[in-house]
Formats: sequence, C-alpha cells, structure tokens
Amino acid sequence: MSSSNKLDPKIPDGPLAQKWDKHRFDSKLVNPANKRKYSVIVVGTGLAGASAAATLAELGYNVSSFCIQDSSRRAHSIAAQGGINAAKNYQNDGDSIQRLFYDTVKGGDYRAREANVYRLAQVSNNIIDQMVAQGVPFAREYGGYLDNRSFGGAQVSRTFYARGQTGQQLLLGAYSGMMKMVAKGKIKEYNRREMLDLVVVNGQARGIITRNLVNGELERHVADAVLLCTGGYGNVFFLSTNAMASNVTAAWRAHKRGAYMANPCFTQIHPTCIPVHGDYQSKLTLMSESLRNDGRVWVPKKKDETRKPNDIPEEDRDYYLERVYPSFGNLAPRDVSSRQAKYRTDEGLGVGPTKLAVYLDFRDAIKRDGLSTIAGKYGNLFEMYERIVGEDPYKTPMMIYPAVHYTMGGLWVDYNLQSTIPGLHVLGEANFSDHGANRLGASALMQGLADGYFVIPYTLGHYFASNKIEKVSTDHEAFAEAETKVKQQSDKLLSLKGSRTVDEFHRDLGHIMWEEVGMARSEQGLKKAISDIRKLKDQFWKDVNVPGNSGNYNFELHKAQRVADFLELGELMALDALERNESCGGHFRTEYQSQDGEAVRDDEKFCHVAAWEWTGEGKSPIRHVEELKYENVKLATRSYK
Amino acid sequence: MSDANMVIYLKVWRQANGAAEGKFVDYKVDTVSPDMSFLEMFDVLNNELVKKGEDPIAFDHDCREGICGMCSMMINGKAHGGQLNTTTCQLHMRKFKSGDSIVVEPWRSRAFPLVKDLAVDRSAFDKIIQAGGYVSASTGNAPDANANLIPKTIADIAMDAAACIGCGACVASCPNGSAMLFMGAKISQLAVLPQGEPESAKRTLNMVKTHDELLFGNCTNHAECVATCPKGISMEHIARMNREYTKATFSYFEPKNAGGAG
Repeated sequence: MSSSNKLDPKIPDGPLAQKWDKHRFDSKLVNPANKRKYSVIVVGTGLAGASAAATLAELGYNVSSFCIQDSSRRAHSIAAQGGINAAKNYQNDGDSIQRLFYDTVKGGDYRAREANVYRLAQVSNNIIDQMVAQGVPFAREYGGYLDNRSFGGAQVSRTFYARGQTGQQLLLGAYSGMMKMVAKGKIKEYNRREMLDLVVVNGQARGIITRNLVNGELERHVADAVLLCTGGYGNVFFLSTNAMASNVTAAWRAHKRGAYMANPCFTQIHPTCIPVHGDYQSKLTLMSESLRNDGRVWVPKKKDETRKPNDIPEEDRDYYLERVYPSFGNLAPRDVSSRQAKYRTDEGLGVGPTKLAVYLDFRDAIKRDGLSTIAGKYGNLFEMYERIVGEDPYKTPMMIYPAVHYTMGGLWVDYNLQSTIPGLHVLGEANFSDHGANRLGASALMQGLADGYFVIPYTLGHYFASNKIEKVSTDHEAFAEAETKVKQQSDKLLSLKGSRTVDEFHRDLGHIMWEEVGMARSEQGLKKAISDIRKLKDQFWKDVNVPGNSGNYNFELHKAQRVADFLELGELMALDALERNESCGGHFRTEYQSQDGEAVRDDEKFCHVAAWEWTGEGKSPIRHVEELKYENVKLATRSYK
Repeated sequence: MSDANMVIYLKVWRQANGAAEGKFVDYKVDTVSPDMSFLEMFDVLNNELVKKGEDPIAFDHDCREGICGMCSMMINGKAHGGQLNTTTCQLHMRKFKSGDSIVVEPWRSRAFPLVKDLAVDRSAFDKIIQAGGYVSASTGNAPDANANLIPKTIADIAMDAAACIGCGACVASCPNGSAMLFMGAKISQLAVLPQGEPESAKRTLNMVKTHDELLFGNCTNHAECVATCPKGISMEHIARMNREYTKATFSYFEPKNAGGAG
C-alpha cells in the first residue's frame, strides 16, 4: 500500500456547498475564438458521452465521437427503466440538495468522495430542466406539472420518469442534441468503431487507436484531449443485465497506459432479475425494483418441495425478507435483498428447474387491490416476463434471482474528472467517483448527464487553458507503437485456431467471478478465483478459436479482444476484494459480518479509495490509496431491521 | 419451462459484404430449447460454426431486452417475426414447433445498404434526425422544468411517439420502403410539445426532404409498418406529420407572398 501524489483529488477549498461555484470561478476559460482550435475525442455515446459531445460542440470545440453500435442512439443507457433523481422538491416533501447528497453518501455505504457527490446533487436540478427543454416526455400530472415517484434508499419522491423507459427518453434527448451538432459539422461521428488503445504523447492523452468493425481496419485518431464515456464492466461476469457489446476494453487499455483503476471490486448485484435457465443463455433481464412495492418474496420451507407454488399453503412458505427485516420487509435495499436470496438458495430452498430462483408473488396484492390495479401499475413488466419465461405472473408467482447490474468501481478521477493521465477524462459509469460501494436506484442516469452536461464543459476548458499542448500528428511514433501492439494482439489471437470458442472461455470466467467474486466473497474463495483465472487465461492464450482474419467484419475477433481484457480485469477485481478486509455495500466478505449476517465496515482501516496501478504483464499491480475525509456526514452503520 | 429439444431448420441469407453475391444457406439446429430467444438460437448455431472452422453468421444485436433497436431480422417474411409488439431478441422459440423451417433475411431497403449477412447500415435514420429531429436547446439555456405546463394527455401522445426504437422494421415491411412511420413519430412527438413547436415547420420540411433524398419511398397507407412495429407506433403520427407538412408549406411561403400578393 502506498500513497501517491498522483492521487490528489483536487477538491476545492471552502465550505461544501460553495466548492463547485468557487471552483468554476477559479477555473481558467478558453475564449470562444480559441475553442475552435481545440479538438476532443469522446469515446462512447451513452448519457455521459452524448451529453458531453453535444455540449462541447456547442461551446465550439471540434468533437470526434466514437460508438461501438451502428448508431449512437443505441448505447446501453437506453435500457435504464426506472427514472432519474433530482433534488427539485416539487413534491414539497422535504427534499433538498443536502438530502440528496446525504442519501447518496449513505446509500454508498460511506465510500464515496463528499465533494463530488455534493456537486452531483447540485446539478441534478439543471439536468431535469435541460432534458425537458429538449422535448423529453417525462410523466406529467393532469395539471401539467411533472410527476415524481419514490425509489429505494430515499424517503422522498424525487424520481422523474418516462413510463418504464426513462433511460431511452433521456438518451434520445442527448442523442438529438448530438445530431444537431453533427449537422452543424462540429461533431464527426465514427460508428461501429471500437477503441483498442490510448495514445499518450509527452505524458498527455493525445489520441486513440480504433478498429473499424466493418472492414477490420485499424485507425489512428489524434486530439487535444480524450474523454472515456464507455460504461461499466459488468460483463466480466458473462451473464449480466448489460448489453452484449458492453465491455471494459477502452478503460482497461487506458489503465495499461497509466490510468489507475479504482475500487474494481465494487459491483452491484440487483435482486430482481429473471433467473438463468440454460447454458445457452446470453444475458439476464432486469425486472424493475418497483415490483417489490407489491410483490412478496418467498421460498418453500421444505427442501425438495415438489408442489406447484400455488399449492403450497401459507404455513409452508418462508417470506424471508419480511421475517428478517420486519421494518423494511420486501423493500430492503438491493445489496441486502440479493444476499438473502443467495442464503436461501445456498440452503437448498431455491425454486424452479435450476433451484437458483425465489418466488416474487402478487397473489395477495391482486386479492387486495384487484387485478386491474396491479395490471395498471406493472402491466408492461408482467408482459415482458411472460414473453421471456412463458408463464403468466398474474396466475403463478414470478421466479426471480439476483444478477450483476452495475459497477461502482472504474477509472480513478479527480474532482475535474481527470484520470491519472493528464488529458484523459473519464465520465459516467466508467469512472468510480460518486456511488461509493453501492449505487442507489435512479442515480446512474443522473451521474452520466451531470458529468457530460455540467461538469466536463468547465473542467476541460481549465485543462486546455492551463496546459501546453504540443502539435502532434498521427505519424508520431506513439501512434505507430500503439497500433502495432493492437495488431500483434489480433494476429496472435487469429493464429491460435484452438479448440474452444471465445464464448466458452467467457462463460467459464463468468462462472468463477459469480461463485467467488459475486455476492459473497471470502479470503479462500478469492485466492482460488485468482489462481483459477490465471489458469483460464493461460488456456485462453493457447486454445481459443478465433476463425477468419482481421480484414473484415469478424465479431469473434472483437469478442476475443474483449475477453482477453476481462480475464485481466477479473483477476484485479478478485485481488481488490481480497485486499479490502471489510464488508461494505456491494462488497461482502463473509469474514466480516455480524452474527445475523449483516455487513461490517472497518472505517479505521478502509475508509479510502483503492486505486490500482498497472506495472506490466505478469507483474503485481500497486495498490495506491486516496483517504476519504468525511467532514459533513457522520459515519454510521446502516440498519434496515 | 421445458427442457425438450426442438429441431429447427434455418434458411439464412449469407452475403460477405454489400458488393458480394448473396444466397440462402441451410442449417439444422437440433439443440433448440423452447426457452431460448431467437437470437440465442443463432448464438448456439454460431458456436457450432466456429467449432467447425466456418464463418459465423453476422447479425446485429445489443441490449437483448427490446429497447436498443439494434436487432433486425426478417423472419418468414415478417419483420421481427410477427409477434405483436416484440423485437427479434424478445421472440422465443416456444412460438415455433420442432421441425419448423424458418427463413431469415436482412432488412431489405435501398436506404439500408447491407453490411454482412443479416446486418445492414441504418445510418440513414441518423441523417433524418440530423435534418431536424431535435429541439435547439443548447446546454444551459433551459428554464425551470415546470415553467411550461404540459397537459398529461399531450405528454402521453408525445411519449407514445417517442417510444420508437429506430430499428427500421417499418422500412423493411413497407412495400415502398418508406420511413414515414419512423420520421412521423419524431415530428409528431416534437410538434405536440410546446418546446418543439417553434421549429416545427422548418423541421418537418427539412426532414421530409432528407427522407426523400435518402431514397426512402412515400407512404401509401398500407399500414404494414404499424402491423410489425415492435413498439406499437400508431399511424396517427404519419397523419400528424402530413398535417404539419401541409401547415409548413403554407407558413414557409407566407413571407414571400406578403410582399407580392395584391
């Protein structure tokens, strides 16, 4: 463990509530005529990337935007269902910037940076204004005012929503702003591109190497700064609620060029997803948290129960969340509910063909409120469930199980969202900054848009105005070196022609991660995971079968490069979890729990961010530490009993 | 849920790239579970092809939960397979019988050039949006979100239109290869909202002009688009677009006529 001056969070002085205003005033500006002379690469077009690209282009910068899909409108922010938080207090129910800040810090189990979270709460209100102005059709009341609903971890109604498609509507809003600037020639789009390396010149991030996924060609792109808005790495578990193309490659390759990776073990496992049903399965589908408002979670009391759920009488059912957490019941927080489901299936009480599921039952709610009321609230979710599972949840209980959903960890950034590489800024889920060890529902959309619309436009200007940026072209040797490295890796992968497919290796990795680096972790299990991942990595580099060549649309090659990085990230996640000898939020070490199975933090030793430095292939990474100082919130134990 | 294996005979369009010649190729998949999605059947088939050293089938997909709009297969002549309000990724094999033969093709439209096999280039949709599918509200300009009241009924119409996922099923289904349901949904969403209204005339004229230049056809009310749209976008949005277009035609000429009209 070592402290490093590279990890200066650059938190502005002064009282918490004034830090951001003061910082904006203290930041240097680039005058409008000079903005035209700067170029920015934005990788990713989710909420963070699209909002950043559009806003920087409006300010006058020349933006190049890269996305992996066929259109920037398809980034995975689009799949977010529930909503977006803001401290508007339109409901007059006691909300404030201070309360949103406090809830987020507490929800994150006191492992987030206070100053960043406070700024997030401050700009949350501007986000709602901006999105409404762009024509996002948020839900309204009959009088025409915006509607709100409640979400987990809060006692106020501060969540704005657009049916069950809030992420889609916000993303299309941000995308439309981007399209406006594409038409004006201020954004150049590169679709079906994957970033495969970061180019660093004189210590500054100056470009990227990408593959054109259609024709396979490697390309060099130069700019004055690089923004990574490439999302999270949940797909290291193979099965997650992430999209198929979501991956860690852009972030990981930046890590290998000097960007520290912070708290990689902080993973959110969401309790209500449709369970795994076969080896062929490609992804998991989330069922919104809101279902737990009316559904009751239970398992049979007897092992090897053979009766159908509706034939099991009341006395043979264990409504375990209501039993263990009488005051929060079925609305216990995500990390806690997931863990309890795991305890039940570990005890052999799971249901369904795989025994890795629990029931979410609406029988009592339908009896109480009537079928039409329940259909009015959850109709579209019930329909989606029936489409996927082939069972009618109005008649038979849903089967659900926890699944990997979000990663709080990510590349380390300072208050300016700059990584440990000058000029490389990281936004949205790809950075580590705001959610600590557990993210609250409806806060991911807020953070992505806060970073892109309202933070980076100020902090990037300051970077340009206070640093000398030499003229560099793509002929520079750093570009050639990076491109060669990428080419060598793909040549190697294509030359192996082994016996196992990329997906088979990925599935094996996911299995190790889920068993040992998932909902419950132990020293023994984590050590086993590290050794198993190393073995798997060796096999991968000997026996993977990537057909074809690199000169065309070869998605097996694209996947192989991503899995190569997941194998390295998986090992670091296990190591990070091993070194963090405490339980907090989504990180649960079985050695550090109370008698009744709750997480026990160690604020003496671990009230810090662990930021990992890459030191080379086959070498141990170095764990650096940024101490977290709580000056405005008192550290306390979360309890939901 | 059932473990029973189904046997499915696939006839899949294979084409190396836009310039190459394409043809149907037959495949037999005999390990299909009724609980598989249509795309998971393709994953299984592709894994088998890779193991045999053959080129796997390219198809677009990403979120696999019916919202990103990337998946795009013409299944037995129906975009997304014909199940009501369902994308290809949400179509499950229990909708088929063991022994079925299924023909799978890419979206076919002049405006969507083929990339490889079942994947096509839909960037023409982005170009239509670039022609005006936005509100010109630069970051920082916005008034308080509740400054403009929008009746729930209007917000709901806007949301119905905004639910479009831009998959292109409407174009692929239309005998004219028209993108008017896609475009109408965006024009309609922004025209009913007070935020979008000021730019409506210019937006509508520019988007329609761009649509035509991109070689999409015109709408002749077949409504095949509505039948296959996985998000249930209604024809009323095409009607509203036509109304906006007519209005825009008049308002566009107004300033010119003002001086010359007697």
